[in-house]
Amino acid sequence: MAQNAEHVLDHVELFRGPEYQQMLANKKKMFENARDPAEVERIREWSKTPEYREKNFAREALTINPAKACQPLGAVFASVGFEGTLPFVHGSQGCVAYYRSHLSRHFKEPSSCVSSSMTEDAAVFGGLNNMADGLANSYNMYKPKMIAVSTTCMAEVIGDDLNAFIKTSKERGSVPEHFDVPFAHTPAFVGSHITGYDNALKGILEHFWDGKAGTAPKLERTPNAKINFIGGFDGYTVGNTREIKRIFDLMDVQYTILADNSDVFDTPTDGEFRMYDGGTTLEDAAKAVHAKATISAQQWCTEKTLAFIAGHGQEVLAFNHPVGVSATDELLMALSRISGKDIPEALARERGRLVDAMADSSAHIHGKKFAIYGDPDLCYGLTDFLLELGAEPVHVLSTNGNKAWHDKMQALFASSPFGQNCHAYPGRDLWHMRSLLFTEPVDFLIGNTHGKYLERDTGTPLIRIGFPIFDRHHHHRSPVWGYQGGMNVLVKILDKIFDEIDRKTSVAGTDYSFDIIR
Amino acid sequence: MSFATTESIEEIKARNKELIQEVLTVYPDKTAKRRAKHLNVHEAGKADCGVKSNLKSIPGVMTIRGCAYAGSKGVVWGPIKDMIHISHGPVGCGQYSWGSRRNYYAGTTGIDTFVTLQFTSDFQEKDIVFGGDKKLVKLIDELQELFPLNNGITIQSECPIGLIGDDIEAVSKAKSKEYGGKTIVPVRCEGFRGVSQSLGHHIANDAVRDWVFDKLTPEKSRFESTPYDVAIIGDYNIGGDAWSSRILLEEMGLRVIAQWSGDGSLAELEATPKAKLNILHCYRSMNYISRHMEEKFGIPWCEYNFFGPSKIAESLRKIAGYFDDRIKEGAERVIAKYQPLVDAVVAKYRPRLEGKTVMLFVGGLRPRHVIGAYEDLGMEVIGTGYEFGHNDDYQRTAQHYVKDGTLIYDDVNGYEFERFVEKMQPDLVGSGIKEKYVFQKMGVPFRQMHSWDYSGPYHGYDGFPIFARDMDMAINSPIWGKTKAPWKAVAEPRLLAAE
Repeated sequence: MAQNAEHVLDHVELFRGPEYQQMLANKKKMFENARDPAEVERIREWSKTPEYREKNFAREALTINPAKACQPLGAVFASVGFEGTLPFVHGSQGCVAYYRSHLSRHFKEPSSCVSSSMTEDAAVFGGLNNMADGLANSYNMYKPKMIAVSTTCMAEVIGDDLNAFIKTSKERGSVPEHFDVPFAHTPAFVGSHITGYDNALKGILEHFWDGKAGTAPKLERTPNAKINFIGGFDGYTVGNTREIKRIFDLMDVQYTILADNSDVFDTPTDGEFRMYDGGTTLEDAAKAVHAKATISAQQWCTEKTLAFIAGHGQEVLAFNHPVGVSATDELLMALSRISGKDIPEALARERGRLVDAMADSSAHIHGKKFAIYGDPDLCYGLTDFLLELGAEPVHVLSTNGNKAWHDKMQALFASSPFGQNCHAYPGRDLWHMRSLLFTEPVDFLIGNTHGKYLERDTGTPLIRIGFPIFDRHHHHRSPVWGYQGGMNVLVKILDKIFDEIDRKTSVAGTDYSFDIIR
Repeated sequence: MSFATTESIEEIKARNKELIQEVLTVYPDKTAKRRAKHLNVHEAGKADCGVKSNLKSIPGVMTIRGCAYAGSKGVVWGPIKDMIHISHGPVGCGQYSWGSRRNYYAGTTGIDTFVTLQFTSDFQEKDIVFGGDKKLVKLIDELQELFPLNNGITIQSECPIGLIGDDIEAVSKAKSKEYGGKTIVPVRCEGFRGVSQSLGHHIANDAVRDWVFDKLTPEKSRFESTPYDVAIIGDYNIGGDAWSSRILLEEMGLRVIAQWSGDGSLAELEATPKAKLNILHCYRSMNYISRHMEEKFGIPWCEYNFFGPSKIAESLRKIAGYFDDRIKEGAERVIAKYQPLVDAVVAKYRPRLEGKTVMLFVGGLRPRHVIGAYEDLGMEVIGTGYEFGHNDDYQRTAQHYVKDGTLIYDDVNGYEFERFVEKMQPDLVGSGIKEKYVFQKMGVPFRQMHSWDYSGPYHGYDGFPIFARDMDMAINSPIWGKTKAPWKAVAEPRLLAAE
């Protein structure tokens, strides 16, 4: 017996001891009808080959380890970015349990959201009663200022009409007539969580700007000097949004952050649970129609939203998760151009510091090969930064990237001598990535927590940047945007590079390359 | 400090009842009437806890429950390690449930075992419009090509499958025939079925019956039986729970021929009808198949509880009671062997935890099963409830576990749970990830009691020290003394007369 009250062994150590190892070996031998170890080894080796890669890439029906989630997750993420807003997902209830868990596991924060809990009878008769009862209950229990409705695939398959249902619910008195209930259809079988973000945000803006589903006059736009900013679906929303606000303040630009969930995903532990915190006020959401321009940090999270905003006469600009020097330069220059404000010296100094850091460390990154996967904008932003560092982002894969993303990525590769042997893989998954890493190895992999399986299988060290990050804490609190964010990403990459050198050279009986100065 | 230590039972009951009434005032009338049936105060001697259960959740209240898919793929089938479980439908369900339950297993992932991979048919609009059966056919072919060492396939239905009229049973039969009788199991666990995870467990159990047991052939028998063969049923090996249980059963002289389903394999499922006794940990999720095996194969089953030394010893003796003296002696030997460890754990942790109060809200068996473990450490459970329990769970709870006056809340929602905790001020809340940060913000120590908060195992004698350590570090963390800024701290009200 290895267990001990003084030095308690948990799963990390307990099962690696001889008693349990013997037990597991016996179980396998006697009862599991396990495969011949030689056969397992043969298949394992085969799975690393170009031949396997070819079969793997020929898949048409099967998806394995995708790097994307479904629309309503993005809708919930966007909705909680508004003041006092309760996301309400119409459809089966298990979905909501999943979104809440998923967001809580990443942010280590509460995630509040309700479901209309539709079951078999609603599948037959439609979910109107669920909507009406649900809105009434949510309104009374959680005292929201707004309820933002989206849908699970169940409600979409049976064709529930949100506009009509919300109208009828109001007629039945579920919520007051003028209570804000924007909505968006968010079918899980179209697009991904970034599509859901887009649909939900557009739904909310449409509600406020275009007459609240026929119950109020449409807003007349009277342009002002403000600039709207949209972050998109972003696992770093806490750090990034605050960094963007700091930059806007430094530039003395008046702004409205739309769907600002940086506070609700970062509430203090001080004895009070804040179900709602911060967020774009409903007044600001409405007034955002008057802004001079809207800037989106993530093009593929906001395609419909930006088109909608442009339709109201604003200038719209989209970036691609701006990481690094040039991407930040472009963001600041665009801000300066639109606002007419100069970029202050303080930001120029920050820029210089990032360039300084990159110059100091460039020798360790230059020429290193990387694989990246994640949401399309994040992939673009990280690729752009790696190219600035002289690294080669050889494989860039986005399960929810499309043809347009692919073309834009290839153009980015073509713009740099370091991108010449690099490829973008839209619509592929992490099992495809596994084949890429075996057949065309790289030095480092950048991706979310799920990348640890790739790290284990292929030995490619994982740098955790993306969503979700479940197995490391608090990374979302630091920005990756702006010069300061670029610095954070640089340090994260460097730390892994140096850790790897140490790991490779920490060999008993030798004392070479295990340097204390690098 | 809990009021449980300062008030009489009658006062506690009155206060808990008052609390329930208070909570109900927030609801519209119709909802208040429905919710009132799910909240009660336990009366000693009663056969159940006096609450309705296994009814539909009310829309819009923020139920903590999940769905049938979660019950089948997430709980019952997902841990079977040498089979591939397809999340059939849109991408989300499989994505959110990917690797989140920590069903530990030994094997080469992606080659001969597959638990921590996310296989999905990733439905697109055209699959909804034209049906997904053809895609499923092709998908199974692709699985066979890329994962030739898989021992079977299950098709875990997501909501759309049942709504668009796909015939996954026909696909399963055809593909099974094509691949020489390969085990391919269609599971109708669409998320809109039933009221919670619970129906998913039942559907998954029935799928084992219909698509594994009913297809058994004599040549599938792979070992000689012994009189001491048992199967562990309803242990999902979360953090290794089934392993720290198995080791005790083997030490007492039994032979564990199957684990359902943590670290389990298809061969183990198929061998289970040869067991002499099925021992059932999670009654809720696997009583169905246990009853079926009793009826069809004459295998008796017994429930057991491996949380905390009191219940472990009681359970070891209960299990041994089905066997001869050799096993009975074995049970006593095991209990004696671990007694010094138990004593050392209690000596170390009980003084730090004595009198601390706990409120629970979990699924399956835990709202009752863990109570003994807390009591072994001198702690008291003052409120508990089931996410998806049935009346038989509440009967077991009333008759064997909870104390007079315990607050009972079935299918509690965010609002109710927060109010109850706020008013009852327990020293610890044990619930899930969705609740964890809510209560920690409130300054209440918390442990996730689904995933063991990424710790474990908690089952068996090897699990108890980990359980004790974890509860201690949650409750006695110095951080709970820092939640109030010192310049904002309000002086504690003092009772002058008592000083």
